[in-house]
Amino acid sequence: MTNVLLIIFIISLFYVSIANRLITYVRVLALQGFILFGVTFMQLNKIETWNLVLIMLETIVFKAIAVPVFLGHLIKRNKITRVAEPYLSNFMSLIIVTAIVVITVVLANSIQDSHLDKIFFIVSLSTLFTGLYFIASRKKIITHVMGYLMIENGVFVLSLAAGNEMPNLVNLGIMLDVFASVLILGIFFNKIGDVFKDADVDRLTDMKDY
Amino acid sequence: MTLIYLIVAFSIAALLLANRNNVLNNVLVILFIIVQISFTFFACFNYRSNALVYFSFDSLGLLLLLTLTIISIPALIHSYLYMKRHDETPASRAIYYAAMVSLITSITAAYLANHIAVIWIFTEMTTLSASMLIYHHRNRLALEGTWKYVFICAISITFVFIGILFLSLSLRGAGSNDLSFANLMAYKDRLNPFWLRLAFLFIFTGFTAKLGLVPMYTAGIDAKDIAPAPAGALLASVLMNMGFVAIFRFYAIIAHTGLYRWANLIVFIAALLSIFVATVYMTKVLNIKRMFAYSGIEHMGIVMLGVAAGGIGYYAAVLHVILHAFVKSSLFFQFNQLYRTFQSKSIEDAGNYFKYNPAGAMVILFGFISATAMPPSGMFVSEFLIFRSLFESSHIVILLVVLVLLTIVIWAFGKNTLKILFLPVAGIDEASLPKINQWESFSQYVLLFTAVWLGLNPPLAFVELLKDAVKILPN
Repeated sequence: MTNVLLIIFIISLFYVSIANRLITYVRVLALQGFILFGVTFMQLNKIETWNLVLIMLETIVFKAIAVPVFLGHLIKRNKITRVAEPYLSNFMSLIIVTAIVVITVVLANSIQDSHLDKIFFIVSLSTLFTGLYFIASRKKIITHVMGYLMIENGVFVLSLAAGNEMPNLVNLGIMLDVFASVLILGIFFNKIGDVFKDADVDRLTDMKDY
Repeated sequence: MTLIYLIVAFSIAALLLANRNNVLNNVLVILFIIVQISFTFFACFNYRSNALVYFSFDSLGLLLLLTLTIISIPALIHSYLYMKRHDETPASRAIYYAAMVSLITSITAAYLANHIAVIWIFTEMTTLSASMLIYHHRNRLALEGTWKYVFICAISITFVFIGILFLSLSLRGAGSNDLSFANLMAYKDRLNPFWLRLAFLFIFTGFTAKLGLVPMYTAGIDAKDIAPAPAGALLASVLMNMGFVAIFRFYAIIAHTGLYRWANLIVFIAALLSIFVATVYMTKVLNIKRMFAYSGIEHMGIVMLGVAAGGIGYYAAVLHVILHAFVKSSLFFQFNQLYRTFQSKSIEDAGNYFKYNPAGAMVILFGFISATAMPPSGMFVSEFLIFRSLFESSHIVILLVVLVLLTIVIWAFGKNTLKILFLPVAGIDEASLPKINQWESFSQYVLLFTAVWLGLNPPLAFVELLKDAVKILPN
């Protein structure tokens, strides 16, 4: 069952690579939050109950509900155009994301380590690189944030792989989530929407060396 | 005591944030300086002991903590002068001081942490505090700088976290799950090399955002440019040292494994590219603060060359980061007076500074001599030792490339500095220039002379601490 959920997680990466509208990205992020909720529940069966409850609350409240709702609100409030505006065509995006997944699968199969569940490694690494690809290939600041949130989801998957032995690492991952959400979404994005009406990265070019 | 320090310091930060009264604000800042100094003394008296499980007062931590405390006092004094002149609202002043205090406290904790996850947590806190400082002016440019800093630091911190996860996988094969540096050192022979390799790549890349190396150095440059100069001084000196501590402590473990040569190769590549990038930008840059910031990138590149070359290079690297912190912070402290004279950050608008503020001009001149490592600068000694270590480890080609690049850096730095100091510029109304109190340069002189003294005639205890700090590395 964990495997099924993680495979759905990978499919969500393919889906988002050909998505045109920003709201689709938000929905995929919410879906990933729910998937992580399920994976946490099934994977972390050896840790203390209160810790498990904390982690699950974080995934459902932060990842699946609060952040997507907040992102949707931001898109509406700042009147951001609803198209994602990628630099590359959808077809190319799909090819690149597929290549990323294939390469991580090949890489994971070359590892000889009985301590690691390979599927966790594959999912997290391909999410990491897909997130970086989204950051590099999308124009809007908000899509950069979404790419970053996707990277965080991927890292969370990896921390779950080691979670039974070291629950503290999962807690650190939660700290990272909270930290980034507060910093990136809470403080600045409101302001960036006010100052930069279109919120494109093209507008962030005032700082120069000469 | 460590717990008390952390609680008191962070409560002072919280009180500063809530307080709107000017007098109370100054009282709290002075109180924090006292707390910071007494904690530094406490750390010195408890040398080599542990505190709160996750902190230990070892040589490297102690040396850098002393540097931090010495620099933080003039930083807060110059912040006071800065606030007085800028008609700040009580709210923005409160945020500024709270961010300064929490930045200094977090850096202190990160220096002394003996657990990689604890360093990581306090690195997060420094990002948070630094972003508040960068956003101080609340205009478009500040927002752009803050956004870039926060975004790159957030990605870097995520990279470090991934590295920590890989490190835990590497350690799990050895049957342990304690990620403290002492435990990692104890299990050094049984760490899984594949995961360790990935861990080093991610942790190194992540911390380069703080240390100021390729690939993540860009965030720091913008931050030092946009933040008020007293805060920029901290970002350009002690915060970079925090990145150094984190990388150095982890590198010390790698150096005892089979990955030693491979890790050195990575460090060499990053260091050389950093010096190259810094050289290219130094020849182009017209913004004085960014010029100082790029000079910092170049120095951190030199430091990491020393680390990768080994031998006497380790000793010289630690010495170099300490001296660099003193020199670079004094240049940043002087910048505000320069700005008040010329009302511009651009080198093109500044000139003939010796005529308007001789004491300040001497600081710039002496800071330039120190930062380019010409004798009698203390950094001459450390840089010379780093070159010697490169020579002794037979990296002649690298040495030659670095020497050529450094010559270009000295040329560019010298061209700009001498223009600021001696070449008259048109369009300056000399009658309307503000009168600047010469005593405001005093702290810069103290810092610069400390750098000379520690480089040329170091006290015995300082040398012993330095030697002890690099003892964990193989010779």
